[in-house]
Amino acid sequence: MNVRFLSAGDRALVVEFGDRADRALSERVLSLDAVIRANAPKGLVETVPTFRSLMVYYDPLATGRSELEQAITGLLDRGDNPAARATLWRVPACYEGEYAPDLAEVAQLTRLTPAEVVALHSGTRFHVYMLGFLPGFPYMGDLPEPLALPRRADPRVRVPAGSISIATSLTAIYPYESPGGWHLIGATPIRLFDPECARPALFAPGDAVLFQPIDAASFASIRRAIEDRSYTVESTPLAA
Amino acid sequence: MIPGLKVLAPGLHTSVQDLGRIGYQAIGVPVSGALDGFGLRLANALTGNPHGMAALEILLSGPTFEIVADSARVALVGTGANLSIRDKQPRMIPPGQSTMLRRGEVFEVVIGAQSAPCYLAVEGGIAVPLVLGSASTYVRARLGGLHGRPLEKQDVVPLAMARASERPELRVPPSLPAAGERPIRVVLGPQQEYFLPEAMTALLSAEFRVSNDYDRMGMRLEGPPLRHRGGWDIISDAIATGSIQVPGSGQPIVLLADHQTTGGYPKIATVVSADFPAIARCRPGDKLRFVAVAAEAAENLCRRAEHRFAELIAAIEPLAEPSAINHAPLFDENLISGVVSGLE
Repeated sequence: MNVRFLSAGDRALVVEFGDRADRALSERVLSLDAVIRANAPKGLVETVPTFRSLMVYYDPLATGRSELEQAITGLLDRGDNPAARATLWRVPACYEGEYAPDLAEVAQLTRLTPAEVVALHSGTRFHVYMLGFLPGFPYMGDLPEPLALPRRADPRVRVPAGSISIATSLTAIYPYESPGGWHLIGATPIRLFDPECARPALFAPGDAVLFQPIDAASFASIRRAIEDRSYTVESTPLAA
Repeated sequence: MIPGLKVLAPGLHTSVQDLGRIGYQAIGVPVSGALDGFGLRLANALTGNPHGMAALEILLSGPTFEIVADSARVALVGTGANLSIRDKQPRMIPPGQSTMLRRGEVFEVVIGAQSAPCYLAVEGGIAVPLVLGSASTYVRARLGGLHGRPLEKQDVVPLAMARASERPELRVPPSLPAAGERPIRVVLGPQQEYFLPEAMTALLSAEFRVSNDYDRMGMRLEGPPLRHRGGWDIISDAIATGSIQVPGSGQPIVLLADHQTTGGYPKIATVVSADFPAIARCRPGDKLRFVAVAAEAAENLCRRAEHRFAELIAAIEPLAEPSAINHAPLFDENLISGVVSGLE
């Protein structure tokens, strides 16, 4: 299978499987990531899986590009199944009122009713392709075709933490307040990133996510339970 | 009371940094850490600390502190900077040496025009908790450092030692004037095929100016637009420190320590790690040029820079001793000028 090795300076090597965001490429990236982590070549620093490539950071004092490329080539297509370790998360999502500032506009642009937008979004099991942009920020897909929209022409300076957003074929949750250009169709009270936790990011690349509609009152009560640390996000092994 | 440095004036952007948060980029956490790792390591070495300890990184304008400990040993590293000590006998301490200050003494870090970042290390280190294995401040997610933000007036930077140890002060031997500026070395790619041939020519021949759009995430350069062949959206992928990404405007951005872990603009080239100190040293308004090297050559440059740095560390000597070492080879590597005062 065609794989390209591209240098990103003298400390990082891109292993690129293709030029699309799709599930098949993502499985190959996540599979190689797992195999490299389990069989760390000399000088490996860390890896970052993305849609269609794996970034491999290395220490040039301990290894070099050609040596690393050879080691990685030997680890390609080992038949690892990343789904075997993945988790299915059920994420409470409020698609109402102030929590969904762009829902009406999205409905208008997609020629759907707001209820249809919510039904499509909460009826899809999303794949976590990668984390990036902000600590714990998950890029998830694929959106049902009718919900695909370009990013907003006018990005917001402040997107609240917990916002559930859509753009292109993807959906995401903002773990922190930040600037952002995606359409905000809901919000979740759960925390996606907590540096105090043994597992700081809730989701890992390869996990699956289902959004479960809740009303504003449930949002508030879950938020309180999270502050008391008496709430756990519902999850099951994906393979189950 | 906790021993510390009381912040009388914070400077423009003074933050706690070490060598970065390694191993969490896969969950979206930037590496952060010192823009100039050699500078941080040298400042620590001069105070007798392990080289990767947390110290203060000072950008563009300097802070003023009061010692609220019995005593504290500090060392400043940064071209053209000085410690101005306001005492009954005001004095200036040049960079590249340690000095002991006593309770109540007030000192200002005075930044010269030659360097953007300076590093102030304190013997024993800064007593902030590690977050994900690092003390580095990452402001956007409020991670690390002192409350996850740059220093503010009235903060007290907590110190691990209440009293400096009894020992001679150290210095790196006085340095020669810096060698002439040389181009910043880059490895082309990983997305050079997204650019027109003219863009590649322009990258490697034109002069670029560092704009005012500069922070720890990156510096935007001004120069001839680097035109893409077609679109400038790529499928988001990972970003290495030193990457030169080019958005639709054609004006490149060099990504620095706090850059996002992933992004969606093509990256035309990546600054070699041996030149991170040189790129970090650039201030808004500075001019720079790029020259391409192969990845394997860049790895060798990294190894050589480490070797030269080890020589520099080995040359650290007690303050009273005269210097008898020839430092010309260090300047040939364009390394020492990034971390030690020129003192012209």
